[in-house]
Amino acid sequence: MSEHTLLSAEHIDKRFGGVQALSEVSFSIRDGEIYGLIGPNGAGKTSLFNVLTGIYIPDGGSFTFDGAPLNRLKPNEVAERGIARTFQNIRLFQNLSALENVMIGRHVRTHAGVFGAIFRDRTTLAEEAAITSRAYQLLDYVGIATRANDLAKHLAYGDQRRLEIARALATDPKLLALDEPAAGMNATETRALKGLLEDIRRDGTTILLIEHDMKLVMSVCDRVLVLDYGRKIAEGTAAAVQKDPKVIAAYLGGEVSLHVKAAG
Amino acid sequence: MSLAARRSGIPVHVWAGVALVAIALGVLPFVAALAGQAWVRILNFAMIYTMLALGLNIVVGFAGLLDLGYIAFYAVGAYTYALLASPQFGIHLPFWVILPIGASIACLFGVLLGTPTLKLRGDYLAIVTLGFGEIIRIFLNNLNAPLNFTNGPQGINLIDPFRIGGFSLASTETFFGISFSGPQKYYYMLLLLTIAVIFVNLRLQNSRLGRAWEAIREDEIAAKAMGINTRNVKLLAFAMGASFGGIAGAVFSATQQFISPESFGLFESIIVLAMVVLGGMGNIPGVILGAVLLTLLPEVLRYTMEPLQMALFGRVVIDAETIRLLVFGVALVAIMLFRPAGLWPSAVRKRELEVAKEEAAA
Repeated sequence: MSEHTLLSAEHIDKRFGGVQALSEVSFSIRDGEIYGLIGPNGAGKTSLFNVLTGIYIPDGGSFTFDGAPLNRLKPNEVAERGIARTFQNIRLFQNLSALENVMIGRHVRTHAGVFGAIFRDRTTLAEEAAITSRAYQLLDYVGIATRANDLAKHLAYGDQRRLEIARALATDPKLLALDEPAAGMNATETRALKGLLEDIRRDGTTILLIEHDMKLVMSVCDRVLVLDYGRKIAEGTAAAVQKDPKVIAAYLGGEVSLHVKAAG
Repeated sequence: MSLAARRSGIPVHVWAGVALVAIALGVLPFVAALAGQAWVRILNFAMIYTMLALGLNIVVGFAGLLDLGYIAFYAVGAYTYALLASPQFGIHLPFWVILPIGASIACLFGVLLGTPTLKLRGDYLAIVTLGFGEIIRIFLNNLNAPLNFTNGPQGINLIDPFRIGGFSLASTETFFGISFSGPQKYYYMLLLLTIAVIFVNLRLQNSRLGRAWEAIREDEIAAKAMGINTRNVKLLAFAMGASFGGIAGAVFSATQQFISPESFGLFESIIVLAMVVLGGMGNIPGVILGAVLLTLLPEVLRYTMEPLQMALFGRVVIDAETIRLLVFGVALVAIMLFRPAGLWPSAVRKRELEVAKEEAAA
């Protein structure tokens, strides 16, 4: 792992009406690490993802990615810069095959237009062949090569999660942002997922991981950021964060019990 | 279709099949002419509608954008040809020059409609496109004063037929001892154009662009997050769809030699949409089938309803024109009830239905 910073966030703010979803959130992710993002439900984890990937526009603050600012970019421009994501509630192209899903991920790194499509010149044919073989390769990488021609919606839940990762990897990301990839997986599937995450990191892609499965987070993440009510309450190694009293309070409802005591 | 299958050599029986279809399509206008030249004209219309439906299929079937004003592009193409090849302005450009002009102007109108509607989807997009279609028609209807461009509701008459040098497609001529009527000659030109349009559509579907359209149809946010520039790709869908509409319009003008705003009403838009949905949205063979059936069915009913009633009741109970639309409507409802994915759904859709059946059985 290098000390080079891949992504840094400075004072990110996001409001929805009267709700402060994110407030003054700052952090930085180093090249080659697996960076965890945890917090109780409604802490702002997914909002942070959406702000980072251009789906929401932040009300304040800025991101720097790979040495250049990432402000006010559209989601497709963010993907082009090298950030790919998956979604908490899986968003595959349901009525297309697994293979086609991954092929669509290659869109941003390929160029054929209308004329290429109609005349199928040498360049376009070569590009199509490269897209197809890369897509097969990625399906194999995440372990669902045998399901290449099945519709995305007919895949098992765990396989859908894997397909989303394959599709995101097809965009050649520098940072892969995963929103609860282990949600709904059983213990065996989660263990396999852990292996996959480690493979992805070993092959040179940095990972930002939102996850509720603490066992997975603690075993795979180099560092962890904890959010609560849109604020950063802790950042550090998994072991250190686990012992942080503020984190324990956030997860066990410490503040509530304090309020009850004060009221009583 | 897998890439491997596409690349492997084409077996003999496929060639034989292609040859048979080619012969059938070649003699078809003469078979139809036995029942009268009107039937050759109906075949020609079936091909014009095929081009139209394939264009709309790009917007509705591939990109999933519901467009109820598609006929406007047909009108733009038709009027472009009419104004550039008629006594209206005394301009008489040849067909092959106007065809790309018509397609380009329709394409421009496609972008013009697409740009303000980029953020709309579903019902909202449908309403806006419906309005757009009506605006174009009303414009054509009223652009006769103070300066007379379109001749208003009277329409444009005496439009040039398709011509190469002194050879006109409109008149009857004899080659090799066989007499070719005007509509029969048009048939062959339309057949060539339709095949070209089908070819381009097939190529577009199996391309990087076709996949991007389908991604937008399936999930626009995910498509964006995967790096697809949804704005450009959607505009391209509108532009390509509109271009095919424009080509169909120009051909319609040249075939008909008379056009008026009446031909471009909302009902026409809905019929073309029905062809796409009924045939099998997003599946090119299905859309062609839908277009041919929906062109032929009303005509067949027109000629069979009166004799049928005479045979059944001994007199005409309901006149043909009325019952024709009634039967047509019932047929549409029946098809949608029994084949909700269309008459010829794409392989993917069919697979879906099969799996659904298996799941139901299990």
